[in-house]
Amino acid sequence: MSQEKKIVIKNFNFYYNSVQALRDIDLDIQSNEIFTIFGPARSGKTTLLKSLNRLTDLIFGARHTGTILLDGMDIYDPELSLTQLRRRIGMVFDLPTPLPMSVFDNVAYGPKLSGITQKKRLVEIVEKALRSAVLWEEVKGRLHTSALRLSGGQQQRLCIARILALEPEVLLLDEPCSGLDPISTASIEETLRELKKEYTIILAPHNIQQASRVADRAGFFLNGELIETGPVFQVFTRPKDKRTEDYITGKFG
Amino acid sequence: MEIKEKIIEKIFLLIAFSSISILALIAFFIFEEGLPLIWKVGPEAFILGERWVPSQGSFGILPMIVGSFWVTTGALVLGVPLGLACAIFLCEWTPPLASMVLRPTIQLLAAIPSVIYGFWGLIVLVPLVRNYLGGPGMSILSGSFILGFMILPTIISISEDSLKALPPSYKVGALALGATHWQAIWRVMIPAARSGIVTSIILGMGRAIGETMAMIMILGNAVKIPTSFLDSARTLTTNIGIEMGYASGDHRQALFATGVILFFIIMILNSLAIFLSRRRVG
Amino acid sequence: MINRTRYLTQSIAKVLIWMAALSTIAVMILILFQILREGLPILHLRFFLDSPKNMGREGGIFSTIIGTFALTIVAIFFAAPLGVGTAIFLREYTRESQISRIIRFGTDCLAGVPSIIFGLFGFVFFVIFLNMGWSILSGGLTLAAMILPTIISTAEEAIKTIPYSYREVSYSLGGTKWQTVMRAILPNALPGIFTGIILSVGRSIGETAAVILTAGSSLMMPNSLFSPIRTMSVHFYILAREGISMEMAYGTGAALILLVLSINTVANWLLNRYIRHRV
Repeated sequence: MSQEKKIVIKNFNFYYNSVQALRDIDLDIQSNEIFTIFGPARSGKTTLLKSLNRLTDLIFGARHTGTILLDGMDIYDPELSLTQLRRRIGMVFDLPTPLPMSVFDNVAYGPKLSGITQKKRLVEIVEKALRSAVLWEEVKGRLHTSALRLSGGQQQRLCIARILALEPEVLLLDEPCSGLDPISTASIEETLRELKKEYTIILAPHNIQQASRVADRAGFFLNGELIETGPVFQVFTRPKDKRTEDYITGKFG
Repeated sequence: MEIKEKIIEKIFLLIAFSSISILALIAFFIFEEGLPLIWKVGPEAFILGERWVPSQGSFGILPMIVGSFWVTTGALVLGVPLGLACAIFLCEWTPPLASMVLRPTIQLLAAIPSVIYGFWGLIVLVPLVRNYLGGPGMSILSGSFILGFMILPTIISISEDSLKALPPSYKVGALALGATHWQAIWRVMIPAARSGIVTSIILGMGRAIGETMAMIMILGNAVKIPTSFLDSARTLTTNIGIEMGYASGDHRQALFATGVILFFIIMILNSLAIFLSRRRVG
Repeated sequence: MINRTRYLTQSIAKVLIWMAALSTIAVMILILFQILREGLPILHLRFFLDSPKNMGREGGIFSTIIGTFALTIVAIFFAAPLGVGTAIFLREYTRESQISRIIRFGTDCLAGVPSIIFGLFGFVFFVIFLNMGWSILSGGLTLAAMILPTIISTAEEAIKTIPYSYREVSYSLGGTKWQTVMRAILPNALPGIFTGIILSVGRSIGETAAVILTAGSSLMMPNSLFSPIRTMSVHFYILAREGISMEMAYGTGAALILLVLSINTVANWLLNRYIRHRV
């Protein structure tokens, strides 16, 4: 596993108008690891993920202090192209969000946005992305049917393929398996393990079990603060902080 | 890339200002043509003058103001109770079959062009009034009747929306306290929805004051202050519509001046309605 | 004793309300029935294909159909881009702010301006000031101003129904605002926008006051955008008021009603399907 720091978050505070959602976050994400951020609802996990690809810019009243570095570059640097950033850091949301178009057009949406128009090239990209998302075999015969007809698990893998088509470096997954049945969940988790070889992944899991199944390192979030981090096995079996232990053992949810 | 986005945003901003620009243009040009004449004749003489005889340079629009007033009042007297009743009907008392008929009816009433209303009024209503009630038939009474039906869709749709927007607890609460259905409606729901209903009335008024073609065809052409509902009359709108075809010079400017007064009245009514409905929603 | 009064009141109220509903339906039927009864027999193919002769006493209404058609197309041509553009700006490029409030106020006020005022404006601005004369162009541009508020509000409603997730997805895949609007939002809002346009068409066809003052009333076939023309509704009005031919008036009126009603029925059906039908 590479020891380079892919993402460095330093002294990061985030506010929605006057409400503080993240407090003094210091976190390093290493390349090619699966890092899981877990914790009870409303603890800031989604906010942190959306800050990484600056989707929070869309929200009126969003403010932040502190820095986030991607490969050493400040992502809030005005020189940095926002669209480039979002292609390098892709995000999958908790509910599958296929666009109302065909499977092919969904996956090709991102590349088309970045200017690729050659039909042949798009076909290659789409196939490669669908293969990486472990969806190709299931949809190769119906690439031009509506993506809304796929099952929940397939749609979610489609969302993953959509991002992979842009050849990003980091994947952000916000509870990607909520609303999916166990079989679909298992297939997504399997896909993530495959993807780790090429990408850096940050995952907010649906439950702790998923985190322990899939991730390398973990970080516990509570009320907008990062309580502790460490290798997954250590955090879940011998947590250093009492609050972490209480959450894991179910004393609060 | 960034520059392209900025330019596109500015273009959209410009486009978005088109409606207010048009409004400003309308105000500017109408005022530019009409105001000089109002100053020339004198605002008091213009608005309160009782004689409109363009060939002699008399430009008093009081008869038209009175005409507009009476026609609109008559239309409201007919349209508001009828409209409220239909709104209540649609909201509270509908056997599904009935609303399936009434709703399309109202949509159709809204879609019928005003010249058709005017024509029907001319062919059917005017002779009726003339034969049974006397007078020339082309009268404020006939005009009010038609106008009342023309503003029905406005009153019904906004009143119905207001009634539907009420929390169900209002009605349920009233019924639980022992009110009859009608009492719940009349004493609880209608008062609660009153700002929406008032808005609908104001908008209906605006529509009535602004109606031209049907009124030209039904009201006759009398340029004196009406004294009874059976008299013919002119409104501010018909004044313009009838004479614009052949007016020139001062006469034409006087018609624009009539437009200025009309514009003012409508703007006040509109702003009132907008203000009321913003308060309701916001 | 008091109990019985309450229920008596309710019964009376119920009867009155039923009477109101029924009389509304009755009047509508009377109006349509009268005109269609006298007018339908006159509608035959020649009526639609022949142009008016002898000031409209004979012949058909072909040139007025062309006039109506031409005017509506010009109006849509100008109003649709402006209206849709305004809606896109209000929903995608700005939040509720001073600017959006001003724009909405302008739009709402414009919607309330009477058609005769539009006629006066169109006359002094397009016909005289811009020297376009009484023409399809003058009339169409005036109509465009009249239907603009309708298109803006229906387009806005249509755009509102697009789920937020489409935007989020498009932005997160590196889309710019313009790309997101053009590829994720607009294509899906088109049915609703189209509905607004059809509604406006229905309104334009029935419009008379503004058209008479800006497009003229020539019965001749137009040969350019600068030719004056007479629309069906203007023709109907002139026939009726000048007493030229009751028969022709009825026929024109019937044609007008059928046209407007069918367009409005389609529009209302679309409206219920694409715009009001939201969870």
